[in-house]
Amino acid sequence: MSTLITSPSRAVIIAVFFVLLAGFPQLNQDFYTELVTRVMIMSIFAISLDLLLGYTGLISFGHAGWFGMGAYVFALLGTKYQLTSNLWLTLPAAMLVTAFFSFLVGLFVLRTRGMFFIMVTLAFAQIFYFLFHDVKALGGSSDGMNLRGKPTTAIGNWVPFELTDTNTLYYFVMVLMAALLLFMALLLRSPFGRALQGIRENEHRMEAIGFPVFRYKLAAFTISGAFAGLAGYLFAILNSSVNPEMLSWHQSADGLLMLILGGMGQLWGGVIGAFTFMLLQEVLSTFTKQWHLWLGIAIVLIVLFLPGGMISIFERIKGIWKRRFA
Amino acid sequence: MNTNLLMQTVDLCRTFGGLAANDRVNISLRRGEVHALLGPNGAGKSTLINLLSGDIRATSGQVIYRGDDITSLSPHERSLIGIGRSYQKTNIFPGFTVTENCRLAAQSREPRSGHIFSDAAAWSLYREAVDDALTHVGLADVADRRAGELSHGQQRQLELAIVLATRPDVLLLDEPLAGMGHEESLRMIELLRGLVASHAILLVEHDMDAVFSIANMLTVMVNGRVLMTGTPEQVRASQEVQEAYLGSEETHHG
Repeated sequence: MSTLITSPSRAVIIAVFFVLLAGFPQLNQDFYTELVTRVMIMSIFAISLDLLLGYTGLISFGHAGWFGMGAYVFALLGTKYQLTSNLWLTLPAAMLVTAFFSFLVGLFVLRTRGMFFIMVTLAFAQIFYFLFHDVKALGGSSDGMNLRGKPTTAIGNWVPFELTDTNTLYYFVMVLMAALLLFMALLLRSPFGRALQGIRENEHRMEAIGFPVFRYKLAAFTISGAFAGLAGYLFAILNSSVNPEMLSWHQSADGLLMLILGGMGQLWGGVIGAFTFMLLQEVLSTFTKQWHLWLGIAIVLIVLFLPGGMISIFERIKGIWKRRFA
Repeated sequence: MNTNLLMQTVDLCRTFGGLAANDRVNISLRRGEVHALLGPNGAGKSTLINLLSGDIRATSGQVIYRGDDITSLSPHERSLIGIGRSYQKTNIFPGFTVTENCRLAAQSREPRSGHIFSDAAAWSLYREAVDDALTHVGLADVADRRAGELSHGQQRQLELAIVLATRPDVLLLDEPLAGMGHEESLRMIELLRGLVASHAILLVEHDMDAVFSIANMLTVMVNGRVLMTGTPEQVRASQEVQEAYLGSEETHHG
């Protein structure tokens, strides 16, 4: 079980990572700044999925439903109905709406287990996909919607920052990702977080020692949905557009792949997985049209040789280090 | 009414398909008493424990706890009102440390699930319950080991420690000595002796020597029915029991 800072070397690695990340936009390569922004958004998505997959033992195959829903909340509020584009209203709205629907859907899907749970979560995501694909009132269209602009950040007359600036958006996403990591670290060592991990480890015994397992799972499902909604919201801002593909099962599968690549049930697994997955994609697609093939091969190799995900590299290095010098 | 009476069943029935696994079972569990369930395989002992713990639902009849009908309560609700059970097949959290196994159990009494920014490991009420349980079963030395790495006997002890950490009043113990060595068995029996005064204990156990050494009350089941309930002396003296159960055991061995 993770505590906040498990070792000095870990603290150093995390510090270096954030220093590099914070320095990166200063290179003024807008294309790459946006790429890393996208990677950080996918990290948030992967971390939110990990709360279910890695910590509660729930394999959701419909996580993109919440991702897309968060994006559409902003598109509908800011562009379609033009009610408000204010960040401080639309961001909480995106999270609350996805939390609310996650809760409702969770009431049904969490009564199923294993294979059925995978299928039912997929089915609900497909329902949402077709709602945003076909229902005109929800901006339904296969092309999606181009957004009128980024969220405004004004509080009264005061404008603290402008999300239209590439670097500012980058830092905004970075801070949210860091905040989510901190939130998760605290959550996972709290009684609630421990109980979730107990459910992953042995659900039957958790019930027998007095835990209302269903309620715990529902809370996890709701929180997880809200953070996926946050990721989708940020993704819509970055692209200045939304489309139903954000809710497609491909998007759900990408999240699962990132966690498998990075390492499930590891706080940083989602981040490492998102970076690995998206950078592989980026690099391979500049070399060849058949990059899907090579991405597949790379994933197979990583899973084969690092079954614990990329994050297990750190453990291996530590192991080698100890054998050499201790 | 006897104030030590904690739990009883009234004509409890459970059928699986056409088979009556439990047929009008009446049994009473009192504080200060070890009540052992005897019977050949398939007699319905595990079914009865599962009915008492809520792991399976009764087809008809009632489960009464402190005067309340709890027949429709779920396992976690029964655990919360003081009914703890252990499992025949070790049912622990193998990936967690011994301490964490017990802490989870203690945590259910005081969930603090709203305190999402507090460290569960630092909460003293949990620590006390964990220390108590581990000292009781004799696992304090291996508190930081991963449960999955323990020996079989130690895992059996942990199985019981998890139950104790929930601070139950009723203990439903499904073959706590299964697969234990002689020394470990003796230890466990001593441990149960120490628990009798403050708990009502239902014991399912195949080790006859152990059963007759600590049980105050015996219920013999055959084919889902209660054949007789009585003190060890009464049961030993019963011709009916000899024929139905103890006798057949002896002929097997002989």
